[in-house]
Amino acid sequence: MDLLATALPALSEAFGMILQPAVLGYLILGVCMGLCIGVFPGLGGIAGLSLLLPFMFGMEPLYGLALMVGMVAVVPTSDTFASVLMGIPGSSASQATVLDGFPLAKKGQAARALSAAFASSLFGGLLGATFLTFFILAARPIVLAFQTPELLMVTIFGLSMVGILAGRVAIKGIVAACLGLLIGTIGEGAASGELRMASYDLPYLVDGFKLVIVGLAIFAIPEIIALLRQDKAISDRQLLGGGWMTGVKDWWANKWLSVRCSLIGVAVGVIPGLGGSVVDWIAYGHAVQTSKDKSQFGSGDIRGVVGPESSNNAKEGGGLVPTLLFGIPGSGSMAIFISGIALLGTGQIEVGPSMINNNLNFTYAIVWLLALANVVGTLICIGAAGGIARLTSIRFALLAPFLFMIIAFAAFQSRQSIWDLVALFGIGLLGILMRRFDWSRPAFLIGFVLSAPAERYTNQAYQIASSRFRRSFEEGLDYIFSPIVIVLIIITLVSVVVGLRQAKNIQAEGAVVSGGKRAPLIFLLAVTAYIGIAYYDAATIPDYARTDRVFPVFVATIGLIGGAILLLQMRIKPETDALFADREVQDRSSNAFGLWPTLGWFAGLLILTSLVGFILALAVFLLLFIRFRAGKGWGFAALYTAAGIAFICAMAALLNRDFPPGLLQSYFDLPWPLT
Amino acid sequence: MIKTLAKRSTALLFGVSVAALGSAAYADGHALDLSGETVEWIIPFSETGGSARWANFYAPLLSEALPGNPTVVVTFMPGAGSTRGANHFQELEYEDGTTIFGSSGSTQFPYLLNDPRVRYEYNDWNVVLASGTGGVAYLPADLGAALADGGIEAIAGENFIYGSQGATRLDLVPLLAWEMLGLNVEPVFGIEGRGDGRLMFERGEANIDYQTSSSYLSGVTPLVEAGTAVPWFSFGALDADGNIVRDPTFPDMPTFAEVCEAAASCETSGPAWDAWVAFFTAGFPAQKMVFLPAGAPQAAIDTYTQAFQAITERDDFAEISAARLGVYPQMTGDAAVTAMASATEVPEEAQTFVIEWLADRYGVVLE
Repeated sequence: MDLLATALPALSEAFGMILQPAVLGYLILGVCMGLCIGVFPGLGGIAGLSLLLPFMFGMEPLYGLALMVGMVAVVPTSDTFASVLMGIPGSSASQATVLDGFPLAKKGQAARALSAAFASSLFGGLLGATFLTFFILAARPIVLAFQTPELLMVTIFGLSMVGILAGRVAIKGIVAACLGLLIGTIGEGAASGELRMASYDLPYLVDGFKLVIVGLAIFAIPEIIALLRQDKAISDRQLLGGGWMTGVKDWWANKWLSVRCSLIGVAVGVIPGLGGSVVDWIAYGHAVQTSKDKSQFGSGDIRGVVGPESSNNAKEGGGLVPTLLFGIPGSGSMAIFISGIALLGTGQIEVGPSMINNNLNFTYAIVWLLALANVVGTLICIGAAGGIARLTSIRFALLAPFLFMIIAFAAFQSRQSIWDLVALFGIGLLGILMRRFDWSRPAFLIGFVLSAPAERYTNQAYQIASSRFRRSFEEGLDYIFSPIVIVLIIITLVSVVVGLRQAKNIQAEGAVVSGGKRAPLIFLLAVTAYIGIAYYDAATIPDYARTDRVFPVFVATIGLIGGAILLLQMRIKPETDALFADREVQDRSSNAFGLWPTLGWFAGLLILTSLVGFILALAVFLLLFIRFRAGKGWGFAALYTAAGIAFICAMAALLNRDFPPGLLQSYFDLPWPLT
Repeated sequence: MIKTLAKRSTALLFGVSVAALGSAAYADGHALDLSGETVEWIIPFSETGGSARWANFYAPLLSEALPGNPTVVVTFMPGAGSTRGANHFQELEYEDGTTIFGSSGSTQFPYLLNDPRVRYEYNDWNVVLASGTGGVAYLPADLGAALADGGIEAIAGENFIYGSQGATRLDLVPLLAWEMLGLNVEPVFGIEGRGDGRLMFERGEANIDYQTSSSYLSGVTPLVEAGTAVPWFSFGALDADGNIVRDPTFPDMPTFAEVCEAAASCETSGPAWDAWVAFFTAGFPAQKMVFLPAGAPQAAIDTYTQAFQAITERDDFAEISAARLGVYPQMTGDAAVTAMASATEVPEEAQTFVIEWLADRYGVVLE
């Protein structure tokens, strides 16, 4: 009752604050800007908020909050467009949506998938806000109960989702996850600063790869290339009319799944340190595990859209808890959000431990602005879904260069180095091959995302536990095996057992027929060789930096064992076995173009960029691609190029970003945007 | 308000498009006119750190104070513990005064420790602002009480755990201080920011911590009020003659010098003390600095110096800066140059001492 006595007056005060026309106006303005930015893959809350920061200084706090919250809240809503329509994960929050959303779009049900996603997002956002209203008062002790061993267990639980998404051959999925984990360790180790698979002569690798690039490369590039080779539209049949009502009904039919996934979203979002980057995978895994008929997952089951989308908007609400209560941002955009709040008014709102006591009304205002922004954003998105879904009926050769332009631009924002594009292309090639040989790309990505937290928490938990054990044995045991840890271990074990038993039925990326032995074998050998080199590289780290050695060596050992088992199986099993899945054989009849000529176009763009800079290279690329690959006239090609260049320049100018320079720019000073 | 916003966005768009046309500002030897320009302020860290907060605080004020009111945009270029951004800035030559750089203690320390990644040279750059800060070490309530009752000996046997960002970062200063006091502190590395270190403290996993002043004010003061944390000492501040005195933001707290003086295990002389003073002086009293690139003409330096001076002399400056920067000197002109010199030069003995200490104690090899 105490809680209610404090909460209710502040809550009603908060509603009084936000239900003013001016506040709502700013909220809608923020929502519209957020939707526009979120639509582009790779650009999210960070880009949007950075744009707003210059205006925040001294602004009326409520107006500024409305603008910023409106912007952040809807990014996970509008990035669904890219995930569903193009198979491109718009942000880390909607990676899992791709798995079933994109197959639905290919079946001509894009509008249905989108509106189911938006309905789930809206519901997740609202449920999250309601939950937070009460939870936020009691949240502090609960968040503090999550010490390092608990965080490690949550990370391991996230990794256990690999079990469900491993694909038909479970060991392939595990090796894929190991590869993802190892790629995630590239660069400076967090504990002792020792280099893994990197060198100071290649400064780019020292910092490791960023999720934006790996996510785009592993999902988007393979799909773009595959669609281009077939030279059709994304949707292979007529668009279904009136799809958006169906989607809302789909959501209603799965409302309990939506409730559960929203709660998962809030709960995981609340835990600081994980940044919620695995929420969508956990929700997807949960949706699969709790469904009776699992045969359609991966080839267009609407529950695979409802689950992750319910969780990712709820997560934003949950993420407010560490941000507001502890002053610790759960994500990059939350960090800018904190900076922005400090600039508002006279700086009277101070995020951190005193927020609840001193500014409970503002806390509630933020929570409910978030919910309100979700409503506004969803309504706009559902309204637009039918129209935007038509994109899937456009011939892909006309869409692809434009998409590639945006992806390259987004990737370049990661580090503003030409190596961003090289990394995008290189990991993209890995993604293409993994798709071809039916290696689980979700498993790879989960490994990559969780690599850093898994290593960090293992090392820290080990170190702190040792210190506790030195004090007394009991204290050490209490620290490691807290009730939360034990519950998490049980959940993880159940999830792994259930997952592995069912993995054969769940083809997260559709069925693939088997072909000859040679090509799959070569790919396996290459993957194993990389893991072997990574093992050697890590094993040679000297003793004083052993904390940076243990994790990669452990992961690589598992990967090598998995690789050896696979090699053995390949010798024994016939070439019709699922082990030798090869999409190239399956798609032979439907592919109009070869892989290498298609890749050649993009490699050409990359090489030309390194010579004359991005904009000039892009102009040449767009012109030639539309003229020769898409087979349009010179006039059309010139128009397309002009529109594309104008668009990307306008976007870069608005966000105040530059483009990758080439060799030419190191000799001549050229005016922007050619710099 | 909406009108102002619209006006400002038009100004922003206009600024960007003018910059896009490539019109360069002229430097005629009198003063810089930056109307219609966009000033790019490079911060070699991510959007999440203390430097981002510092730059975001100054950016709009700088925009108002510079002649011609250019748009000031903070650009983040994180990587390799800020050496990537600094190396990038080193390669830039002065063009039209529209590029400035903000460095931090984490940029200074690799430079002082001969980190192999450092390819920049502070003496090539032109400092226009130096912002100081301080730091406070604090303990959990029970250990604080034990310390108050029995002095440093009462806690000397404790196994201390400290969440650290890395021994070669600013954490070097508290780690060396605790070691000099004879404490057995085990740093747990891999913390992403000092905020995460405080969270580890709040969770009861770490039992000693420090925060820079502004984070202490916002993050730890509520814990002290709630009775879960007890401040121990501040690092202090430098007076005009270079002596360590009490931190003006925390006048009631003893400085490390006082605590060390009182402890039998610690001495305020000798190589360890000299090294601590040298690295404290490098890391805190001029922690964050703004630079113009190599080759900037005096006119440009003067323009920026005057702009920052005008900001720090605003009537409301104390009020708006207190919460975000703490009460610390914001130095311009000659004071900034002196501050930079003391922040980027340490005696060779101090340097050698710290490099050897890092190698012995943490196995850190800088080569």
